[in-house]
Amino acid sequence: MAAVFFFIAGIGAIAGAIGVATVKNPFYAVLALVCHLLSLAALFLLLRAEFIAAAQVVVYAGAVMVLYVFVVAYVGSDTEPVRPAGGPGLRAASIVFAALLAVELFIAVLGSGLKGIDAKGAPYNPGFGTPGAIGELLLTRFLFPFEAASFLLLMAAVGAVVLARRRGGLSDPAHPDEEYVQPIAQSLPEGQFGTIAEGVGDTNPTASLQPAAITARAEADPDDEKGW
Amino acid sequence: MNIGWYLTVSALVFSIGAAGVLTRRSPLVILLCLELMLNAANLALIAFSRMWGNGDGQIFAIIVMVVAACEVCIGLGLVVAMFRRRLPIDVDEMRELHG
Amino acid sequence: MSPTTAAWLALAFPLAGAIVNGLGFKVFKNKTSGVIGTAALVGAFVFAVIAFLSLQGRGEEGRQVVSNLYDYAVVGTIDAKLSILVDPLSVLMMLVVSGVSMLIHVYSFAYMSGDRGYTRFFAYLNFFVFSMLLLVLAANFLILIVGWAFVGAASYLLISFWYRRTTATSAGIKAFVINHVGDVGLTLGTFFILKSSHTLDFLGTFAQAKEIGAHHHGDLTAGLILLLVGAFAKSAQIPFHTWLPDAMEGPTPVSALIHAATMVTAGVYLIARMHPLFEQSVAAADVGTIVGCVTLLVAATIGMVVTDLKRVIAYSTMSQIGYMIMAVSSGAYVAGLFHLMTHAFFKALLFMSAGSVISAMGGEQNLDKMRGFKKAMPFTYGCFVIGGLALAGVPPFSGFFSKDDILLVQAEIGGWHWILYVVGYITALMTAFYTWRMIFRAFHGEPNEQAQTLIDTGHVWHAHEPTNPASGEVEDTDVGFPGPEHHIAEQAFGMKLAMGTLAVLATVGGVVGIPHVTTWLEKFLDPTFAGSTINYTSSDAKLTFGLILGAALGLLGIFIAYTFYAKANGEAAQRIQARLPFLHKLFVNKWYFDELIDVVVVRPFAWFGRFGQQTFERIFVNGTLVGGTSGLVRAGSAAVRALQSGFLRAYAALLVVGAGAVILYFLIQSS
Repeated sequence: MAAVFFFIAGIGAIAGAIGVATVKNPFYAVLALVCHLLSLAALFLLLRAEFIAAAQVVVYAGAVMVLYVFVVAYVGSDTEPVRPAGGPGLRAASIVFAALLAVELFIAVLGSGLKGIDAKGAPYNPGFGTPGAIGELLLTRFLFPFEAASFLLLMAAVGAVVLARRRGGLSDPAHPDEEYVQPIAQSLPEGQFGTIAEGVGDTNPTASLQPAAITARAEADPDDEKGW
Repeated sequence: MNIGWYLTVSALVFSIGAAGVLTRRSPLVILLCLELMLNAANLALIAFSRMWGNGDGQIFAIIVMVVAACEVCIGLGLVVAMFRRRLPIDVDEMRELHG
Repeated sequence: MSPTTAAWLALAFPLAGAIVNGLGFKVFKNKTSGVIGTAALVGAFVFAVIAFLSLQGRGEEGRQVVSNLYDYAVVGTIDAKLSILVDPLSVLMMLVVSGVSMLIHVYSFAYMSGDRGYTRFFAYLNFFVFSMLLLVLAANFLILIVGWAFVGAASYLLISFWYRRTTATSAGIKAFVINHVGDVGLTLGTFFILKSSHTLDFLGTFAQAKEIGAHHHGDLTAGLILLLVGAFAKSAQIPFHTWLPDAMEGPTPVSALIHAATMVTAGVYLIARMHPLFEQSVAAADVGTIVGCVTLLVAATIGMVVTDLKRVIAYSTMSQIGYMIMAVSSGAYVAGLFHLMTHAFFKALLFMSAGSVISAMGGEQNLDKMRGFKKAMPFTYGCFVIGGLALAGVPPFSGFFSKDDILLVQAEIGGWHWILYVVGYITALMTAFYTWRMIFRAFHGEPNEQAQTLIDTGHVWHAHEPTNPASGEVEDTDVGFPGPEHHIAEQAFGMKLAMGTLAVLATVGGVVGIPHVTTWLEKFLDPTFAGSTINYTSSDAKLTFGLILGAALGLLGIFIAYTFYAKANGEAAQRIQARLPFLHKLFVNKWYFDELIDVVVVRPFAWFGRFGQQTFERIFVNGTLVGGTSGLVRAGSAAVRALQSGFLRAYAALLVVGAGAVILYFLIQSS
């Protein structure tokens, strides 16, 4: 029974993955990823990681993908041009590299090299994978990563806000959504260079400097014979 | 089930994600493929956690999810910023850092 | 005072004069620097005399004194020391050099005044005298080479003295290059001799002369022939002589000093000094003799046809030095050195007088344009006559005794040296002829424009604008060109004094070596040449015959010149020239030696230089080595640069490839 579920979920995951990688329309790619995530949640359940499976569905498929959908809707989902700029060579090479990677990983996993993989796994303890167990681990052994992760989330939030905000200044009325990007040189008045002195109000502090007075050349000695 | 099966699925999904990253032109889709790769890693972690019988792998997987979420935030913020400046949403066009 | 102390002081004075004048050129202007220079030379001469007297005051055995100032590098077989050797030969040379130089300084004091480079001139002259004294006083090969090179440098500086004249600078370069070929010969010769003698010291080498001659004959001969190359280059013997006529571009005092009395005699001194070695190698000595003989003949033939006043005297110098080289190579050391001394007197006198005439001509040196100066410049004429008589070998002037001495020894040696005897006397006839051709053409006949100006106004004639006499280019009289003033002997006391002294010496100088009557010179030089294996006693019959023949030929030459030029105004000469055009052309073109050297030496070198630059340097060095290296780097960096394409996906691909490689590594490692 578990095998059947495994194969269904596995095929779902792989199909979703292939869909993400190949579908042209980004919107459909998002949907393919959602399908993949749900399949993955099923696989997690099969591995007795209940809390992770729930978190996967709620957080990943629920929040992150929704965010994706919003952005795709905002940005627009133009289909990509067919010819990649790097040339068809790069495309073929990329597929070859990925295939190589896959082969290596298969060898690693399935070959006799990794002897550490136990066939069945450890015996099942009740309470494995429950939220209680996870919570206990998070607050005792993995407290530091837990706090660091929260800090990371804070930074990400701030970063996202900073990235996407509007800069100060007038926006072009014809393009109201466009960020007004000023080149620096156009924003300064004539003769100024953006120095601090100018910001204070002293517009051209060097203009009053006179060149050093040229001392008069000494009169050539008439008795001085030029040669010898 | 043999843990090896799960690892196989994880490896396959990882490779497909890598192929997608290398092949697609829209940054949105590239980010999606990155998600694929991260999820494949999560699957491997959970599988190993089941193998050892302790929850370390699952904690790791939670942290990976957190990181993935943050990364998606920032990445999508970048895409939005690109869109706002009317730059083409195409990684092949963003070539200013060439040597 | 010991002879060596006096010799060191005699060296120090000109050096000090050169340094003082050289560094203080802004402070000492005009006459002051002349006084400093001349005073330095007077000091040098005084100490040379003191050295002479002090040397004679020693016993017979103590007449070769070495004094070492500083051990420069004594390592293995190389004993490089700063030491001088005072013996009769070097004292004789010292006296001649410092004495004649002193008189030339007095001459230049007046002659060069008004020239913008007056101070520089005296600095260079003092430096030259220092170098020449160093050369003759050297006690080992190292100091000899140093003095040799310095003398060459001084000659270059002085020939190119008027450095804004291209003719002068080219002549200076030519002299320096040919002299440097000689320097190379000298140095290589030293190496060869050093190989066998294992010491640089002269006395040490000469003590081993017999063994070297016996065991290392090949090395010795090779070394001596290379030394001869050096001697020939310095003394303007064939085939290294082409620089001497061109060296007349220098001011007249320079020609008088360097190219008549002192520097060109360095080769003669060298052979005389190395006489123990030359006596061991007959081949080398014969080379010297034959080259000397060929030179004296060829130079005399050219001297008969050239029309530049100073060049006539230059070729006569070359010819007379040929006599000297022939003498010292064949063993007639005293005769050769005697001729060196008398030649210094009358040749310097002739050059000085020529300078006076050229001044009167406003800088023009062409004999064709000179005529009738006898009435305008009697003193100069008198000096020319005395010098001409001495050069022609008319008794009782000094040149007569010395020249006949040389030829007498050739007769004594016998064998194939009889050819040299005959050639020597034929050349004596030619010598008398071309000398008096010069005198008659310049002084006799109707006064020309310049002479007439001098007679009428008492002032020297000046050209409208100063020109280079050789090329006719217009110049000015500023630094690097001759000054605006022209001084003649009749009006300049310094010139009169120097020329008068030399005239007296040229007349009575022969008294030190009248054969069979006074043997002062021979006795004086005896300690140096005592070990010589060549001894000649001349029979009275050959002596008398030689003397009469010499006198007769001298007078005959004067008479022929008189007939051609003084009486018939050169028409007979022109008829002969028309009859023998080929011969005339050969002589006028200086036997085509310049062309020969151009084809054999200059063009191959120029071709080699061009080849080196165009082919080797351009293609190989610049193209392959430099260009190749930089091209390689550029290609490598271009390849690396291609990695930074800016394509995100390319970077990602590299990342994936890298990750794959790492995984592969771990896979392999764990299996």
